[in-house]
Amino acid sequence: MLTHSIFFYFFSVIAIFSSLMVITSRNTVNSVFFLILDFISVGCLFIMVGAEFLGMIILIVYVGAVAVLFLFVVMMLNVAEQKQSWFIGKKSTHIPIGLIVSVLILLELLVVVGGWKYKDDLMSSNTLYISDVSNTHQLGLVMYTDYILYFQLSGVILLLSMIGAILLTFRQRKGLKKQSYFNQISRNPSSSIELIEVKSNQGVKIDD
Amino acid sequence: MFEYLLVLGQEVYKILFMLVPILVSVAMVVWLDRRVWGLVQKRKGPNVVGPFGLLQTLADALKYIFKEIIIPASANKAVFILAPIVTMTLALVAWAVIPMSEDFVLSDINVGVLYLFAVSSLGVYGIIMGGWASNSKYPFLGAIRSAAQMVSYEVSIGIIIINVLLCVGSLNLKDIVLAQKELWYVIPLFPMFVIFFISALAETNRPPFDLPEAEAELVAGYQTEYSGMMYAMFWLGEYANILLMCAIGAILFLGGWLPIIDIFPFNLVPAPIWMILKIIFLFFLFALVKAIVPRYRYDQLMRLGWKILLPFSLIYLVLTASFLFYFDKLPKGNF
Repeated sequence: MLTHSIFFYFFSVIAIFSSLMVITSRNTVNSVFFLILDFISVGCLFIMVGAEFLGMIILIVYVGAVAVLFLFVVMMLNVAEQKQSWFIGKKSTHIPIGLIVSVLILLELLVVVGGWKYKDDLMSSNTLYISDVSNTHQLGLVMYTDYILYFQLSGVILLLSMIGAILLTFRQRKGLKKQSYFNQISRNPSSSIELIEVKSNQGVKIDD
Repeated sequence: MFEYLLVLGQEVYKILFMLVPILVSVAMVVWLDRRVWGLVQKRKGPNVVGPFGLLQTLADALKYIFKEIIIPASANKAVFILAPIVTMTLALVAWAVIPMSEDFVLSDINVGVLYLFAVSSLGVYGIIMGGWASNSKYPFLGAIRSAAQMVSYEVSIGIIIINVLLCVGSLNLKDIVLAQKELWYVIPLFPMFVIFFISALAETNRPPFDLPEAEAELVAGYQTEYSGMMYAMFWLGEYANILLMCAIGAILFLGGWLPIIDIFPFNLVPAPIWMILKIIFLFFLFALVKAIVPRYRYDQLMRLGWKILLPFSLIYLVLTASFLFYFDKLPKGNF
């Protein structure tokens, strides 16, 4: 039990420290790296609780894919060194919005945790734990039977958002040369090379 | 306290027993790679240092150790140093769940496949960090390319793994191997094996998909600014990753430590030897591909990943699931 709590505090201290570093570090790329560290330590905490499937999924989805895209965007935008103009100098419009969002999240957390405190049977989903059936099996047993509607709905929502993102960013540029694999492969010397007798001092006219 | 130390010592001993052979075999495998490459091109390859040139890699490593480590003045120092360490660590950490035989595995966890998938998808960070921290254009371009490439090929690897998991009904690597006692999955899932092989090439940045370090375009990609031991660590990590991919392929499709047929002369050979033979066989294929196939163009690579491999593996997934369902062969599981 002692080692368990040592590891718990180890991971949670790292998680809190790195989430603080995410919002305080000046270099945006560094804050993405700290975000990754945060994801990893939260994943480890999940594994410690016994939710190994959830922990691994956090590692795969958030760290392996989402954070890579974050990093991608931050590196491409070249906003590496952020001047701290948010608090000094001109007034920023970010602070009120940020405050509203964080107050909302705090309220939600209060409602959820308060619910746990005063209504014990809300936690009863926890007692689903059957000793010799693994976590993943349990998830599979309920996800595709009892909760199939929610599962498919979330899938449809994700698909819709993907289509929306593609639609928003899709633009057809004119004058773009596209690679056509079929044409590239089916070329041969007789269709692409032409031998021309060039007369001196007259040159040759090539149509293109 | 004493018991705790004893257990700790045993664990460390076990880890070293796994780690040291891997590091040595990485060196040997580099030699094998160069040798095969040479022989295909009618050269001799490294054959001077030691018997058959086997010690060539050790000599190279020694040379790297004594070279100066140069850190560019404009580089982000911490991330620059961290990048090869991350690559190397992630390449080695994944071996913790690889079963070499029925009872020779460091940690036998329930979600072994997911763990392997997670660790191999983290591998991209070493490259991105190295490319970005170098603060130079070729490394950065290489890093961006490799990030896009690895993220896209991971998707098809994931779907291939789901194909295998459908037949097994468990995420445990041992169960996956034991489920292949009658029939290796390479036979019913042969197209998936081919696609896994291609995706593994792309995932480990091997030729013909070595665009992150395409020397004709990007000097050496993300490794351009690295020198000495740090370069060697990238290089070792890369080969450890390749070996890991071979091991995953052997476990998913070639029946892990199981012998070819369970009859007299074959089942005398110890299980880890079978595993190693299968890994070496897959690595031999990797080396052959490197020698034979020319490098892909970047748009061809992306097209292959998203428009051919991904839809094909998705369709095959539906076929596998329907087959298993129709013939009532879905794994029942132990509950």
